[in-house]
Amino acid sequence: MRLIYKILENSNKQIDTIYMATDIIIHDQKDNVGVVVIEKITPKQDCKCWIMENDSSTNIQSMDEIPLGHKIAMVDLKEGDTILKYGHDIGKVVKSIKKGEHVHVHNVKTKKW
Amino acid sequence: MEIPKSFLGYKRENGRAGTRNHVIILPVDDISNACAEAVANNIKGTIALPHSYGRLQFGADLELHFRTMIGTGSNPNVAAVIVIGIEPKWTKKIVDGIAKTGKPVEGFHIERTGDIGTVMKASKKAQEFVMWASEKQREECPISDLWISVKCGESDTTSGLAANPTVGNLMDKLEPLGVHLCFGETSELTGAEKVCATRGATKEASDKFMKTWSAYNDFILKEATDDLSESQPTAGNIAGGLTTIEEKAFGNFQKIGNCKFVDVLEPAEEPKKGKGLYFMDTSSAAAECVTLQAAAGFNIHLFPTGQGNIVGNPIEPVIKLTANPLTVKGMGEHIDCDVSKILSREMNMSQAGDKLIETTLKVANGRLTCAEALGHREFVMTKLYRSA
Repeated sequence: MRLIYKILENSNKQIDTIYMATDIIIHDQKDNVGVVVIEKITPKQDCKCWIMENDSSTNIQSMDEIPLGHKIAMVDLKEGDTILKYGHDIGKVVKSIKKGEHVHVHNVKTKKW
Repeated sequence: MEIPKSFLGYKRENGRAGTRNHVIILPVDDISNACAEAVANNIKGTIALPHSYGRLQFGADLELHFRTMIGTGSNPNVAAVIVIGIEPKWTKKIVDGIAKTGKPVEGFHIERTGDIGTVMKASKKAQEFVMWASEKQREECPISDLWISVKCGESDTTSGLAANPTVGNLMDKLEPLGVHLCFGETSELTGAEKVCATRGATKEASDKFMKTWSAYNDFILKEATDDLSESQPTAGNIAGGLTTIEEKAFGNFQKIGNCKFVDVLEPAEEPKKGKGLYFMDTSSAAAECVTLQAAAGFNIHLFPTGQGNIVGNPIEPVIKLTANPLTVKGMGEHIDCDVSKILSREMNMSQAGDKLIETTLKVANGRLTCAEALGHREFVMTKLYRSA
């Protein structure tokens, strides 16, 4: 628990909300990639992951340096596998990817064109 | 948060309400830009809307030109209009179209008079219009008078994670209050098109969406020399971590929240089925899309960005929001609403949606957007094909 915040709502009703800061956000439980939401993660970094859909948490150790907004593989992926994000198909793996590695245009392509 | 039930707008003759009170000088065609700009330079408080087209167009392309011109003049953010064209016939057609709203509009054609004589006559009328418009006061208008269009740009993964869902949260909260809403970007729904089609409020709306998207996709397949990999995703999108068009599309799609669209509009077509969400067939290029939505009558625009798109529009205020902390840090002068705390989990989606509603109402009431303060007035006509 890194951060505890108090928020005064417009209704003047004071509510206490406890937030857990995270390094990686995963949209959907089915997703095999997560998005880095801190400035960058470095190789061998133990990262906290938050799964938005069911508000659960998990951990992963990174293999690469990955900047803010870029994706990390949550599992080992082989050529031809489908990348799932938002619970949907967003493209295919064209070069095998290990859990914790950077997922981007060098190893994933669209299925559209 | 209790959502305010009203905002302070300018009531127009046709019952619509504006968030702005512009007097515009509208050139019918490319060669009338100089004249329109000279008038706007003479008469303070007016704005010229120069553009590149309006000559030798035909068929559906010409119809779109007229629809965009007439729609822009008819937008409730516009108090009065001076139309200037080279020839009398097309000039009159646009004047007559705008006049149906009941607002002051007058046309001038340059042939047989020349630029100098036309500038003199049009300037006199523009002065009369702008002084009349300056007397208008903001009045209380129901929130349902807001017509909100949305479009995202320079997207990255933070757009799909946070900025676009913030817009979706606003839509979910404002739709029940009777506002009009509009999203577009036909090309950038590629990959999510089947899921998007299921969000039609009726089977008719869903079918119309698939027909529109398929027509676009057929055009791409016919015209593309290779594929769209060079432009979809853009270099900016890729730098921000977006890998494929499908990923971009699912992120884009977060903007409509849980709303269902009641109809599919042609580019620049005014919605006719009452309140609710509409899909418009538009390009995904920012300025083109906003120009078409403004021409359809939308009076305030929400623009989520990741890497920092800077677009504005001359008549429809464009509100920027971002969830990317690096964009807030590096180019904060373009950002009206910072929702980057979603990523650090210091703000949840509902709080972000409330923050955006507050910003939207401030701007509706008259606060300048960053794009307005910085002078962004991108007015870009959509062209369907070559001129004759």
